[in-house]
Amino acid sequence: MTKAVLYDSTMCVGCRACEQACAARWNLPYNDSIAAEERLSAHKLTTIKTFPDKTNGDKYSRRLCMNCAEPTCVSVCPVGAFTKTALGPVIYDQTKCMGCRYCVQACPFGVPSYEWNNRLPRVRKCDECYDRQMAGKPTACTEACPTNATICGDRDALVAEAKKRIADKPSQYYPHIYGLTEAGGTSVLMLAAVPFNQLGLKTDLPEEGLPELTWHALSHVPDVVTIGSVLLGGIFWITHRRAEVAAAEKPEKETRS
Amino acid sequence: MKRLTIPYYFWRAVFVVIMIAGMVATWLRISRGLGGSTNLTDQFPWGIWIGFDILCGVGLAAGGFTLAATVHIFNIERYKPIVRPAILTAFLGYLLVVFALMYDLGRPDRIWHPLIMWNPHSVMFEVGWCVTLYTTVLALEFVPVVLERFQWKRTLRWLRMVSLPIIIAGVILSTLHQSSLGSLYLIVPNKLYPLWYSPMLPVFFFVSAVSVGLAMTIFESWHSSRAFGEALEWPLVQGLSRALAVVLSVFLAMRVLDLLHRDAVSYLWIPRSETYLFWLETLLFVIPMVLLFRGRLGPHGLYACALMVIFGFITNRLNVSITGMEASAGVVYIPRWSEIAVTLAIIALGFALFRFAAYEFPIFNGRGLKHHAA
Repeated sequence: MTKAVLYDSTMCVGCRACEQACAARWNLPYNDSIAAEERLSAHKLTTIKTFPDKTNGDKYSRRLCMNCAEPTCVSVCPVGAFTKTALGPVIYDQTKCMGCRYCVQACPFGVPSYEWNNRLPRVRKCDECYDRQMAGKPTACTEACPTNATICGDRDALVAEAKKRIADKPSQYYPHIYGLTEAGGTSVLMLAAVPFNQLGLKTDLPEEGLPELTWHALSHVPDVVTIGSVLLGGIFWITHRRAEVAAAEKPEKETRS
Repeated sequence: MKRLTIPYYFWRAVFVVIMIAGMVATWLRISRGLGGSTNLTDQFPWGIWIGFDILCGVGLAAGGFTLAATVHIFNIERYKPIVRPAILTAFLGYLLVVFALMYDLGRPDRIWHPLIMWNPHSVMFEVGWCVTLYTTVLALEFVPVVLERFQWKRTLRWLRMVSLPIIIAGVILSTLHQSSLGSLYLIVPNKLYPLWYSPMLPVFFFVSAVSVGLAMTIFESWHSSRAFGEALEWPLVQGLSRALAVVLSVFLAMRVLDLLHRDAVSYLWIPRSETYLFWLETLLFVIPMVLLFRGRLGPHGLYACALMVIFGFITNRLNVSITGMEASAGVVYIPRWSEIAVTLAIIALGFALFRFAAYEFPIFNGRGLKHHAA
């Protein structure tokens, strides 16, 4: 039973209470200028993005780590600093990280941030309030949200809830749950009134988890090692045997003649 | 004599300037971190320290395993005189790659972590192990040169007994390493521009590394013959150039088929910077291939072909790591001066170390260059 977060853009009023609660939970500074940044960074692990719309009113979209079912960051990290927990959140162990930033490069959602200006830098990302959820509490953003645009709970229940909302008010929703299948499915689900690419979300993601792509190549490593050694050893034996035979025949011929 | 002295002082001055700039940049990197010494961002986390220093550095070292296999495995003895320069290049190349990695890693003090904290699902983990093991193998392949210089015969005899497994391990590790640098980009199908993203990336990286390994060997032979004041070992270099033409044709044929199979041919005609840089890269491979197949080239022609392949290869690696990633990142990455300074300093260091080794140790024709000069 994995946990998830459901963010419903149609209920979001852009008050940024989630941002503030998130900053407090991570002991990060929060003020008006940080609020206005509207993008994820090492000091802002969730953000509201505003999409101005004069006719129907501004639209909002939230960014946070999607905590994927098959996380790319977990697969690419050479030191295993990321872990997909049974509960759902993807957590990060800063004591392992050597700062190669492959996770930042590889994440299909562009989530992990690096502390570029820190001399002992870490990767920063939302961990879906792993400690709070372990203690049975809702995520900080859920707790702070005044309109219930962000809720959390069991993923299956939230998927059912999302489907129900779309079915109940088909005119109000774009008929897709973002995160249900994107990149193999995520622990963050999103609903919106418009297609998700209009809210700046990537919609060209495969339905399978990305780790399969590199695993396919990595699974050939044992083949290269075994077949390669046998082949090279064999070629060595043949080519040098040929030279030995030639060298042995030479004096023979000389003595015969 | 006068013709010689001017370039000599010129290059020495260039070297000093580059080294000073490199040291200032190093200080910036140490005191202000990656943020203060690079133009890297969350949107563009890998710059030229990965794209050039690592991807090109490892590739340009590919002559080492290509020639080690040719001479020691395939037993084509006539290439023996150029194995040592190739292995020296590879060894220095790998040392410099590790050195460059210390700049690029956010926590260089933890460079050893992949050796004990395993994640076999990570291509970067494979890369880390390959770098470590192959640098060790190259050291073992290079050690005989040092031992010969100091006449340590017993150790030398002992090393020769284990040379076959070492050489086989070297070829396999290189194959894995060259291809795994391509595999790194398999995970970014929606970020890397379609002209370059392909499930074949690991194979492309390997084959193009073999071609640039051969090109680098021609490049070095040409320069060493000038340093010796001797004629180029013509039949040898010609043999290398024919092999280069064949490898290039294999590489280009695979690239064409790949574009066809992925329905990416239409991208070849879209007027945007990726297209132009793709064509530049491709022409830098096609032109030398055609010229080399036609034959009848003099030493300068061959040298020009080798240079084109080297530049084509560098363009390819920078295209994959930088050009091809910019559009999806939504930012323009232009390296900061300190990134360029570090890269130039590492290249200059490579040239200086090669020169030093070639003078001190029996690399060319069984003797150090300083003995030739005498």
